[in-house]
Amino acid sequence: MKFSQTPLDQKNRRNEKLFRMLFMMMAVLLVLPVLAVLSVLIYKGGPALSWDFFITNPTQGMTAGGIWPALVGTMWLVAVALSVSVPLGVSAAIYLSEYAKDNWLTRVINLAIINLAGVPSIVHALFGLGAFVLFFGLGKSILAASLTLAVMTLPEIIVTSREAMQAVPRPFREASWSLGATRWQTIRHIVLPNSGSGILTGIILGVSRTVGETAPIMFTGAAFFLPYMPETVWDQTMAMSLHLFVVATQVPDAPEALPFGVALSLIAMVLTLNTLSIIFRTRLRRKKKW
Amino acid sequence: MVDATTDSLAIRVRDLSLWYGDFQALFNIDLDVKKGIVTSLIGPSGCGKSTFLRSVNRITERLGYVRTEGQIKVLGENILADDVELIQVRKKIGMVFQRPNPLPLTVRENVLFAWRLVHGKGTKEQTDEIVEQSLQQVLLWDRIKDRLGDVATSLALEEQQKLCIARLLPVQPEVLLMDEPCSALDPAATAAVEELIWKLREQYTIMIVTHNMAQARRASDECVFMLMGKIIEHRPTDEMFLAPEHQETADYIEGRYG
Repeated sequence: MKFSQTPLDQKNRRNEKLFRMLFMMMAVLLVLPVLAVLSVLIYKGGPALSWDFFITNPTQGMTAGGIWPALVGTMWLVAVALSVSVPLGVSAAIYLSEYAKDNWLTRVINLAIINLAGVPSIVHALFGLGAFVLFFGLGKSILAASLTLAVMTLPEIIVTSREAMQAVPRPFREASWSLGATRWQTIRHIVLPNSGSGILTGIILGVSRTVGETAPIMFTGAAFFLPYMPETVWDQTMAMSLHLFVVATQVPDAPEALPFGVALSLIAMVLTLNTLSIIFRTRLRRKKKW
Repeated sequence: MVDATTDSLAIRVRDLSLWYGDFQALFNIDLDVKKGIVTSLIGPSGCGKSTFLRSVNRITERLGYVRTEGQIKVLGENILADDVELIQVRKKIGMVFQRPNPLPLTVRENVLFAWRLVHGKGTKEQTDEIVEQSLQQVLLWDRIKDRLGDVATSLALEEQQKLCIARLLPVQPEVLLMDEPCSALDPAATAAVEELIWKLREQYTIMIVTHNMAQARRASDECVFMLMGKIIEHRPTDEMFLAPEHQETADYIEGRYG
């Protein structure tokens, strides 16, 4: 027979199966830790959750009561951080994607972004303390903490936004320019509407990180416990991530369910934010016109 | 060379040289293009015909490393002069590309894009009229009048290319430059676009780059043959194809090299 299997074919087939299985197992394995974390959190923290848990203050030296001030505090931090990092990051990304030529300045900026992304969060924390709290005299406040978070999330927002804009095919820009549109008109009418979903992905990543970070806000504006709610950006605030750290390690007689409850709420918060953004993103993507 | 008086000229090029970095792509080009006719540019790949076409609405310079010397007078004004506004140049001198490149917007928004850059949003009546007129002119209105809200990239290639021509018209260009406008189209679509080009020549001066000898012959009044960045021959199309003056031209149009 001309077409029958040779020993070499057999070996190739066997390897093919082997590697397929191997790669699939690795992919499936990835899901396990996520499931494990979620199930432990739900099992141990679930009993602590109730409507009251979300909307009451911690009581009895933080061994009972809820997480309301931390929840609100985290929203403050995220909102203020985003209102700084999004305009700044997206503008920088527009410059890098649409205006910058490949020269030394661009290379320096790119290098700075990569390095900024690699800075450990505890270093950001010290930078925030030195720069915003002390040097600019903002004191320990929501503003100082948010600015620190903003600096930390900037690289993510810049890099993903720039990539989203670069994904808009070049011929669209050329068509627009050839019709007499300026660069800015082209960006506004062609590039931005078609990269919105990608830019939003960057913002989502930024938000998830902002919600979870503890170190950068510890020195710059987050408090262990506050008897009042923040009213302006000049106030200090409690925050979910720090609150988790506190009830898990600093309050010896807290019931076991409490830290797990806080952790579960924190994860739920991130997941909710992500889900909302994904829905929004899908709707934006449907507007894409090619 | 074809003789013509100055005011019947749409484009008058004098001593135009162009470099991409160190590489010289055009050598001392002199060319007179008459108003209201179709002039085709032919020549083997890399002879500079596309480069020349693109330099007439200064789209070449966007690359950054391009240097141009000489004069390109369009309607009597040198578009390479310092005080020329590039945006005005692009409006008066429309460009059609090799691959249809409608913007990722609706058909309607595509037609109105250039117009809106000048006039703002416009009223519904104004814009409706512009859209209908422009699409009528490119013989597309009857076919797509019910699909104005569709995404332009969902049209057939032939329709897309006609739309790309239609979107130039609302800002009243004088010259239309076409860079192998049919090379992405099938024969039937090519014929349709050629018919359109022939119809538009009464109103606009058209310069078209083509690889297709038969197309140059069918759809142009005058023909320019280029080789290695120089113009070898420029004559009425019929004459050029019947009795080329130069040996290189004869060899090229007979298909001895391409």
